[in-house]
Amino acid sequence: MFRPRPDSPAATIAVEVEGRVVLVLAGASAAAAALMAGLSSIRDTPVGGSERAPYCMMGICFDCLAEIDGVPNRQSCVVAARPGMRIRRQRGARIVAIE
Amino acid sequence: MTVDLAIIGAGPAGMAAAALAAKLGLDTLLVDEQDTPGGQIYRGIERVPESSPNTSPFGADYLAGRPLVAELRGSAALYRPGTTVWHIDPAARAGGTLALVADEHSESVVARRILLATGAIERPVPIPGWTLPGVMTVGAAQILLKTADLVPEGRTVLAGQGPLLYLVALQLARAGAPPAAVLETAPHANYHAAAARYVGELWAGRRELGKGLALMLGLARAGIAVRRGVRELRVLGRHRAEGVAWEGGEIATDHLFLHEGVIPNTQISLGLQLTHRWDECQLCWRPVVDDWGRSSHAGIAIAGDGAGIAGAVAAALSGRLAALDAAAALGRISEAERDRRAAPIRAGLAPERAIRPFLDALYRPSDNMLNPSDEVIACRCEEVTAGQIRRAVRLGASGPNQVKAFLRCGMGPCQGRVCGPIVSAVIAGARGVPIAEIGTYRPRAPYKPITLGALAGVEVFPHQIANNTEDSLP
Amino acid sequence: MRRCDAIVIGGGLVGTAISYGLARAGLRVVLLDEGDIAYRASRGNFGLVWVQTKGLGAPHYQRWTRRSAEEWPSLAAELEERTTIDVGLEQKGGVQLCLSGDELTKRRAMMEQMRAEAGNFGFEYRMLDHGELAAMLPGLGPSVVGGSWTPYDGHANSLALFHALHKGFAAAGGTYLPSCTVTQVSATPGDFRIAAGSESVEAPKIVLAAGLGNAELAPLFGLNAPVRPQRGQILVTERTARVWPIPLGSIRQTPEGSILLGSSEEDVGFDTSQNPEIMQTIARRAVLSFPWLAELQIVRAWAALRVMPPDGLPIYDESERFPGAFTANCHSGVTLAGAHARLFAPMVASGTLDPTLAPFSGKRFDVPAAA
Repeated sequence: MFRPRPDSPAATIAVEVEGRVVLVLAGASAAAAALMAGLSSIRDTPVGGSERAPYCMMGICFDCLAEIDGVPNRQSCVVAARPGMRIRRQRGARIVAIE
Repeated sequence: MTVDLAIIGAGPAGMAAAALAAKLGLDTLLVDEQDTPGGQIYRGIERVPESSPNTSPFGADYLAGRPLVAELRGSAALYRPGTTVWHIDPAARAGGTLALVADEHSESVVARRILLATGAIERPVPIPGWTLPGVMTVGAAQILLKTADLVPEGRTVLAGQGPLLYLVALQLARAGAPPAAVLETAPHANYHAAAARYVGELWAGRRELGKGLALMLGLARAGIAVRRGVRELRVLGRHRAEGVAWEGGEIATDHLFLHEGVIPNTQISLGLQLTHRWDECQLCWRPVVDDWGRSSHAGIAIAGDGAGIAGAVAAALSGRLAALDAAAALGRISEAERDRRAAPIRAGLAPERAIRPFLDALYRPSDNMLNPSDEVIACRCEEVTAGQIRRAVRLGASGPNQVKAFLRCGMGPCQGRVCGPIVSAVIAGARGVPIAEIGTYRPRAPYKPITLGALAGVEVFPHQIANNTEDSLP
Repeated sequence: MRRCDAIVIGGGLVGTAISYGLARAGLRVVLLDEGDIAYRASRGNFGLVWVQTKGLGAPHYQRWTRRSAEEWPSLAAELEERTTIDVGLEQKGGVQLCLSGDELTKRRAMMEQMRAEAGNFGFEYRMLDHGELAAMLPGLGPSVVGGSWTPYDGHANSLALFHALHKGFAAAGGTYLPSCTVTQVSATPGDFRIAAGSESVEAPKIVLAAGLGNAELAPLFGLNAPVRPQRGQILVTERTARVWPIPLGSIRQTPEGSILLGSSEEDVGFDTSQNPEIMQTIARRAVLSFPWLAELQIVRAWAALRVMPPDGLPIYDESERFPGAFTANCHSGVTLAGAHARLFAPMVASGTLDPTLAPFSGKRFDVPAAA
């Protein structure tokens, strides 16, 4: 879906997107990592189950909601990728884990 | 915590205001939800190494952000990145109390003066299929390039109008991913209207015009096809964008980037119920401010694109004017001193603003951008179509808040940021009255989501409460 | 000049329920409403169909609420049939949580009093302890010591109700005139002429259901409706997979998954601004009740003004000076929708209120003349 531009410096931040490891630049967002990992869509809407992907990349549209490190519905375009981060698609409404 | 000046937004307006305010002796706080400074226009600017030559694939304009960030970092202003404002309580006299959250911890800050510098957002482009994966804004493409060095794979088409459309097309080409086509939606009539009415301003804004022409030449040299006067855009594809069609043509594509100009981000200014007016030239709501940026509420000012679109250079200048005004209001400098220092700033602002009416007329969105057909989704979050809104209007819902009550549009996570302009335009069209009469949503706190735990002041993760009594909360 | 059988002033939940009932009874109704920006308690309420806390010390109110709750299922079914809008009624009982021994003792005493005052009408309830509640409500916090349950309580989608009433009213031939704030009133017995916005309407019957606006309107018709604003704030979370089967007094989850949290009672005049400290209080009680709620994001919140009569009980009245003029005022527009559409409206249609509504008259606030 998205690839690094030719003269980009080496990417150093390793994150996991739906189980697949990708390397992104420091400062890239979790949404950028998801797009780079080739995710066609990042969430299914809770209303109609429609597939959505990031739209604005600047924290306005909320279409980039993803589960990050176990926390659902995070605006992945405003969250900076950190080493070892686990990014997963947001499938509809969040599930609550109650002990 | 109490400060003299709290600034929201670390784009050019916010950074310039913070640095100057601190220099003038004000206790200054600058908050921004992003982890790094620059706002959107200078996003990722700190990644550009000092040692790199004074050229950038993003052009000299982008590099102008570097000294602004350096000034901010070198100033005495307290800069808090990763911090979100979720409520502002305006004080009766001036300024107000900000409710902030960072890393799940909530804090309140009293500010004698507040400056909103939240910049601009993309105008929504409600064409059929615009919610499909693979459709993004042109700004999004630029953000991916700036912050992650990423370019789209496969076929790319850009569609819409406005300087950013051409700029990003060229930036993608320079980054090795030239778009297959640029589809320009500016109606032919705009050219005549713009040239005829604003020929006087063209000389004052000649530098901007020169840049624009250089862009067009650059596109031609890169061999990127530009199709003009495109109408009835729609996205093709079922689960993903597969192509884009228009009246008389279509093209297959993997990525579609849309742009119909930018509009002020008024979420907080509307939430504060500051006076706004509908700008018929820029086709947007903008807060009413005086020439210092003062809003209708004492001690709350607005600088940068959030007060009206004028670009990055104007944003920094208007930020400085607001800082000067705050310093004078708080007695750090005299009004004479303030006016003296403001004079060269105003001189710099004039050419930046001069070209705007021309650009606004040239790139005025075509009517069907403001009047999507029935099947088009108007509210992305709640998946409400334009047709449903028209039916609600027929049932008697006279404005956006009544429509919201019937259909839930505006109640999703984005809280009306994206759908607000669309819903107002659709209601206006359905009722046959000007948009100015329709009004818009009233945003409420939290301006951005906040966890219940952060609000309650408890540990959010993990969520066990330590003691077993009802007095266990701190 | 439009002429009709009945004018209703106020297009909120009370006004539309009454209008709907009148239209269904065959009257030609004109419903006058304000514009997009108005106080509109209807847009800010919690959505409970709540019985167990209504009418302590006022059996007539307890009874009226029970009757409304009994009308609710058929109203909901009828609305769905006539408008295809599902108002999402769930009426399987409800719980009021108690977070201390003191709260529990008070609540138990209240329930006993309700039962005693219900008399032959009956009032079924159960006091539940922490264990019984925890079995019913996943994730219950250790701070909850118990609660009261009655089978009559429930909840509905109040906005869907609002939409359905409007749609049903239109389908039954009603005329809705928005952006028509009343500017002039001419009242004589059995003949009322109203100028509102660019419209003028005349009818032999009129119902004042203008919420907070009734305080000023009522005297023009020889009525007394001294309602005042009481602010309440509500928080709403992101949508979550369904957790609880029933609503609680200040926490409920909608079928779509959002969790609503309330509530507050603030005496601040007509101020609809939000107060972070109150929001924090609501949040803290919610997190005490269900600790796992701490992780959920609040995506929206609001403050709205309840229409509050001086003693909290509804005001229903018909004018003695101007027969044909009626008024309805309450802060429970959702709970009482059943009564308003199916009990109150037919009374208005017949021309007079049932004697059972006499205790609700605004005359109860009249100050007796000094001796």
